[in-house]
Amino acid sequence: MKNNWFHRYTGVANRGMNPKGFHVSQIKFYVVLVPLSALMLLPIIYIFSSAFKPPDELFAFPPRFFVVNPTLKNFTDLFSLLSTSGIPISRYLFNSILITLVTVAASIFISSAAAYSLSKKRFKLKQMLFAINNVALMFVPIAVTIPRFLVIERLHLLDTFWVHILPVMALPVGLFLLKQFIDGIPDEVIEAAQIDGAADIWIYLRIILPMIQPALATIAILTFQAAWNNAEISTLYINDESMRTLAFYLSTLNKATTTGAAAVAGQGMAAAAALIMFLPNLVIFIILQGQVMSTMSHSGLK
Amino acid sequence: MQIRMSFQNWLNREGSAYAFLSPYALLFIVFIIIPVLAAILLSFTFFDAIQFPRFVGLDNYISLLTQDDTFMKYVLPNTIQFAVIVGPGGYAFAFMLAWMLAQLPRIPRTVFALILYSPSMTAAVAMAVVWKSLFSGDQTGYLNSFLMAMGLLREPIQWLQSPQYLMTIMIVVTLWSSMGIGFLAMLAGILEISPELYEAAAIDGLSSRWQEIFYITIPSMKPQMLFGAVMALVGTFQAGAIGVTLSGSNPTPQYAGQLIVNHIEDYGFLRYEMGYAAAVSVVLLLMVLFFSRVATRLFASDT
Repeated sequence: MKNNWFHRYTGVANRGMNPKGFHVSQIKFYVVLVPLSALMLLPIIYIFSSAFKPPDELFAFPPRFFVVNPTLKNFTDLFSLLSTSGIPISRYLFNSILITLVTVAASIFISSAAAYSLSKKRFKLKQMLFAINNVALMFVPIAVTIPRFLVIERLHLLDTFWVHILPVMALPVGLFLLKQFIDGIPDEVIEAAQIDGAADIWIYLRIILPMIQPALATIAILTFQAAWNNAEISTLYINDESMRTLAFYLSTLNKATTTGAAAVAGQGMAAAAALIMFLPNLVIFIILQGQVMSTMSHSGLK
Repeated sequence: MQIRMSFQNWLNREGSAYAFLSPYALLFIVFIIIPVLAAILLSFTFFDAIQFPRFVGLDNYISLLTQDDTFMKYVLPNTIQFAVIVGPGGYAFAFMLAWMLAQLPRIPRTVFALILYSPSMTAAVAMAVVWKSLFSGDQTGYLNSFLMAMGLLREPIQWLQSPQYLMTIMIVVTLWSSMGIGFLAMLAGILEISPELYEAAAIDGLSSRWQEIFYITIPSMKPQMLFGAVMALVGTFQAGAIGVTLSGSNPTPQYAGQLIVNHIEDYGFLRYEMGYAAAVSVVLLLMVLFFSRVATRLFASDT
């Protein structure tokens, strides 16, 4: 009996890539990964634990990492502060959610369509356009702040809803990743569909999109985070307080409360705010990670 | 008639390609290409953000190369030191972790991927608070308090204000958050490699794991490797906020953590010499381009 058990975990099965179960050869990976993960998690644990710390623990000496008497005081403080400001928090939240959803959906569609064209179509400017995209990706964002402001001003987009979405929809990184994935789809698949008389749009929707789901999920995570955490657009292009995002509001809170007399109460609220901003990112990642890591064994040819 | 015929031909041949491309291209041109071109043009001018830019030719570039002592003495060496460790180091680290994760069953793999990726999920602003309290200069800092309790340290060290520690801390913090989107793409890439390839290689006599990595794994996922490399490169050279957020000042103490991006910010938004700042960012672009050429050579698909 014991022999059986031994063979199950040391035999040929489950060795190598994408195993179905445990194998002794995996032990060495756990030895590396477990301590490393603990180290990577420390700051995240710190955010969680600080958010629930009462004031005396936040400023305890010697400092304690974990919370002992968890309290919701920081959150109630934060919400009571929010209710005294002119704009209700639900407004910021609504703005953030709407902007994030539209940005993610729109940028996935336009980037994947462009990537399909650049990867599988034949036309003269193809190489050059892809090269330009990659150069743009490498230009440091801070240097274009002023010119971009002038463009947005000329287009009368200041203080509009669209300024949150249009400038971030074309994501060179997204196009780059999607093209890399579509390159991996054999031309035969597309040719076969063309012979069957499939229209271009049908090929794009029914063949390309399902086959690049891992890349789409990756881009969705990326754009979600970029949009959800974006406080910059609200700072630069929006003057109307009711058009700003939650990320912007919470970041001003962070700045305003880290100096002066309010600092003591502020640290707890800043930690609570950081936790509130972090959680949606976590949820989206958990929902989409299955897609990211799904193997494409179903992709037919290859 | 001739022209119309050839236009018809062109439309049939390339029309749908442009139709798929146009929504992206339109936004890309308006919000990215035009501002980038404008920034490049600005690099040949003197521009203080108030008066209209005045054309000065190559003056900005010349003074960057000949007169900017801070740039040559601190900023460039710092950037190179930072980039060499964080770039290739972080990239190799991300690949090794992705490779290990691919060899675990699904559930532990997911848990580890989530943990390793989690630093990339947090907004930089929120993290600054965390790092500041970990490395805080008095006894209430976690690191100081820990080292003093262990008896390794007699009095607290001003971690974030001392030139000799700032760069190291910047590198650690950046590596900590380097399991980003490139890491995810590489993980997906490794998992996509068909198992038959490994079986065939084993029959052909490939024995060691290293051989397997270099002859099977990496060549089969070149697109993802290239993506990871470019992301690492861009992330590394465009990193800048980190030193300033940690130390709380731009310029950083004795320029110890000054990277090119901080230099751009310093000139562009503190001294209002936008033209000069634009010239520095063009130089930065050229550096990134050069290294990305190297990466492309390494991982170009053979098509």
